[in-house]
Amino acid sequence: MAKSHITLTINGNEVEALVEPRTLLIHFLREQQNLTGAHIGCDTGHCGACTVEIDGLSVKSCMTFAIQAQGANITTIEGVANADGTLSALQEGFRMMHGLQCGYCTPGMILRAHRLLQENANPTEEEIRFGIAGNLCRCTGYVNIVKAIQYAAAKINGTPFLEAAE
Amino acid sequence: MFAFTYHRPHSLRSASAMIHKVEEGKLLAGGQTLLPTMKQRLAAPSDIVDLMQVPELKGITVKGSTVIIGAMTTHDEVATSAAVGEAIPALAKLAGGIGDPQVRHKGTIGGSVANNDPAADYPAACLALNATIITNKRKIGADAFFKGMFETALEPGEIIKAIAFPVPSKANYQKFPNPASRYAVVGVFVAKKGKDVRVAVTGAGQNGVFRARTMEAALAVKFNAKSLQGVSIPADGLNTDIHAGADYRAHLIGVMAKRAVAAAV
Repeated sequence: MAKSHITLTINGNEVEALVEPRTLLIHFLREQQNLTGAHIGCDTGHCGACTVEIDGLSVKSCMTFAIQAQGANITTIEGVANADGTLSALQEGFRMMHGLQCGYCTPGMILRAHRLLQENANPTEEEIRFGIAGNLCRCTGYVNIVKAIQYAAAKINGTPFLEAAE
Repeated sequence: MFAFTYHRPHSLRSASAMIHKVEEGKLLAGGQTLLPTMKQRLAAPSDIVDLMQVPELKGITVKGSTVIIGAMTTHDEVATSAAVGEAIPALAKLAGGIGDPQVRHKGTIGGSVANNDPAADYPAACLALNATIITNKRKIGADAFFKGMFETALEPGEIIKAIAFPVPSKANYQKFPNPASRYAVVGVFVAKKGKDVRVAVTGAGQNGVFRARTMEAALAVKFNAKSLQGVSIPADGLNTDIHAGADYRAHLIGVMAKRAVAAAV
């Protein structure tokens, strides 16, 4: 099958590539761009481990074709850290609050949480849980993921992080 | 997934020309159903015509007492639209409860309606609000549009342009979602416009979305949850699957309908 030429921006870098139309964005990122941070969890669109940001929207990269990303601006977990290489507020939050155990869901969680905090700078616990409903975690029980996102929100907003009593 | 040829038209006219020219073509909207189906090789189109760049299919407009939503409008855009939220809050709420945030960012109203999944949310809104499905060829009333499970009145290659929803005086949608997929185990959309009351049920019927006429008649007398006391929906013709039996679905229709009437604004 003939390949098509696409140009796009990934984590601020201009990228040109040849893709087969049937190549999923997740396979393009992992296998052609060697960006293996976004994970393939279920391959059916349920788990959210492959979540990346496309033009300011959270998208499951196993549910879109790479060819559709022509001209798009994509952020993956590899592009989330601060410019000086230190951890972003969300990455720091996941570390400080033990928001991960095996870590498989974490790149998708952080990308989704990143967009959630753009939509709602100070979400309640309920809003966080609703906002990350498309990202499954089989380890943590979500409690520390919610705390990690609250930690990041507080840090970004410059407000004190008050951990809710158990 | 089998290989296919990809097309990205920039007008409705060329999209229509392309889909008619190819052998086994499929229109691609948000892809949140089509891609998983293709991965499982349940669909193997020779050609994909991607509607993402067709400008005629975008946007939300309110004209008088009608809300017109372009087919390629995403669930997230409908859910967060101030115009929809003001005119038909029940519709905005329904869109905000489809799938999860990632699905709402990609999935579209036109894709959902054209697919007519028997557990999808939008078909219930179309039927209860007496919407008109506007295609590139004609206008089809919701009653004539939904023909059965995954079946619609669309002809091969016919493209949904927009869906026009008359603004009701009161409406609400209640669903009992599957906790994993958030598809409706049962969803009931209730709408009142003048004296006309329509009740549409999704997730339950073996032939997809349907109107609960006995409930409509009871609510037309008095639009109150108490009017549904003793009005039961027979379990015959309802789905039994791993999520719920037909009896339970019949029961849920009553519960969801009462909640929808009580919450209707």
